[in-house]
Amino acid sequence: MDANLKREIILDNYQEPFHKGLIDDTSYCKVNTSSESCIDNLDFIMKMDGDVIEDIRFDGEACAISTSVSSIFIRKLIGKTTEEAKEILNHYKNMINEKEYNADILGELNAYDEIYKQPNRKNCAMLPEEAIEKLLEELNNGE
Amino acid sequence: MNRDDFPILSQDFVYFDNGATTLKPQCVLDKMNDYYDYHTSNIHRGDYDFAIKTNEEYDRVRSLIGQFINANPEECIYTSGTTMSINMVVFGYMKYHLQKGDEVLLNKAEHASNILPWIRLSEEIGIVIKYVPLNEDYSLSLDAIKTCVTDRTKVISLAHVTNVIGDVRDVEAIGDYCHQNHILFHVDGAQSVPHLPVDFKKCHMDFLSFSGHKMCGPTGVGVLVGRKELLKDMHPLCYGGGMNSFFEEDGSYELKDSPIRFEAGTPPVAEVIGLGKAIEYLMEIGMDKIHEHEIELKKYLLDQIQDIPNVILYNKNSQSGILSFNLDGVFAQDVSIYLNHYHIYVRAGNHCAKMLKDELKIKNTVRVSVYFYNSFEDVDRLVEALKNSKDIFKVVL
Ligand SMILES: Cc1ncc(COP(=O)(O)O)c(C=O)c1O
Repeated sequence: MDANLKREIILDNYQEPFHKGLIDDTSYCKVNTSSESCIDNLDFIMKMDGDVIEDIRFDGEACAISTSVSSIFIRKLIGKTTEEAKEILNHYKNMINEKEYNADILGELNAYDEIYKQPNRKNCAMLPEEAIEKLLEELNNGE
Repeated sequence: MNRDDFPILSQDFVYFDNGATTLKPQCVLDKMNDYYDYHTSNIHRGDYDFAIKTNEEYDRVRSLIGQFINANPEECIYTSGTTMSINMVVFGYMKYHLQKGDEVLLNKAEHASNILPWIRLSEEIGIVIKYVPLNEDYSLSLDAIKTCVTDRTKVISLAHVTNVIGDVRDVEAIGDYCHQNHILFHVDGAQSVPHLPVDFKKCHMDFLSFSGHKMCGPTGVGVLVGRKELLKDMHPLCYGGGMNSFFEEDGSYELKDSPIRFEAGTPPVAEVIGLGKAIEYLMEIGMDKIHEHEIELKKYLLDQIQDIPNVILYNKNSQSGILSFNLDGVFAQDVSIYLNHYHIYVRAGNHCAKMLKDELKIKNTVRVSVYFYNSFEDVDRLVEALKNSKDIFKVVL
């Protein structure tokens, strides 16, 4: 993916993030995520329909990286089963951590394939992934 | 001013994060190395030459501190920093002298270390915390304080200079008012003692806290200044060697007097000695001169930054070297990452003043905080970078 396209994807999702803003609905499960090394602070909520992710939303104060990652993830994961979602999360994690991964299933998330070059931004890129993983765990254990 | 005194400044960077910690001059580093190289030894317990020298150096710093902020040397306690100092005030003194329902006045511009200990104390003994409302420009006036005082108000605790807004509180007038109304007055001097003249006695302070690392000194050392009569009734938070006169099998013991009573165990000896050097160094430059230079730098920065269209300023008026701002539509951390690209070091975040968001209506800001070694060229570099920030995402993404 060329640098300009990457920047465009990130900026689009930062400036007009998908599903930003929480809703007051008790059928959702909620987690907060923040990190020591950056000032991002995000809330995520998720709702399952059986084993399928019905909805995810997020909100908070966050930088261009973590906001755009959240937006892209949410768009990608709605409608997926837990298993499918976990697979995407795993490949994404591997990409961020410079391990082997399958670029084909990551789509727009490939925009972050060079984020490891900026160690202080790796955290920002990982926050949404961690939050969604936690939500999946909580929702699947709760039932 | 004095840039040549700082070896680190030979590198190409602009350091604007002095509110977090300051750079160290060679003389402070030399002084600490001197202790390690030529007279390493513990304090208070040795009869040999090195120990005697170390003792002298260590004790002398107390007099320097006293001279620096106008207090008696025995009123100056070495701590690990402002945070520790405030915790000692709250859990060593206030816990034993306040009762359920007694009121403590704080405000929402305070640093976490001047709020959380009080919240914890309210859980422990039921004191009531009241937040004095800030003025429109987020400053704090004595009038606003007065409207919050009741006959249950026992303590006013506030930063002399706040770390996001940088407003300089009128501690002389507030101290005078506290004195007349028998209210205990604690001043968080973390952002003032390094930057302007502070007078413990004249301002009727009961307690004053500050950190060495924010005033050219090393990390790991700070000071609690407390009025002698109060220190007599303050309990140590730490018990151990050095601070006791005797202890026996039957459980009887006697503690030494202040300040030693509050310095159990081996203290940060090198750091205390380094702090002493830092104080001498600052006094040589002159605190008035330091303050003046910072105000000039801020004015110079303001004149230019105001004309940059997407800059939102939060504290134009405050009379210190702190400027907090945002670029419209850009997250604060993205701005600091952008500036880092040009080797300009600022801080983004809530700066530990997490309640200030209620007043500012925004959680995070970019903070520029200057010190005497910052130059007008430093400001020019910042302004230039901000002017060209239209393409910020080309740089940060
Ligand atoms: C106003 C204020 N109070 C307290 C502190 C805490 O100082 P330290 O971390 O050195 O204990 C700071 C430091 O950021 C501060 O700015």
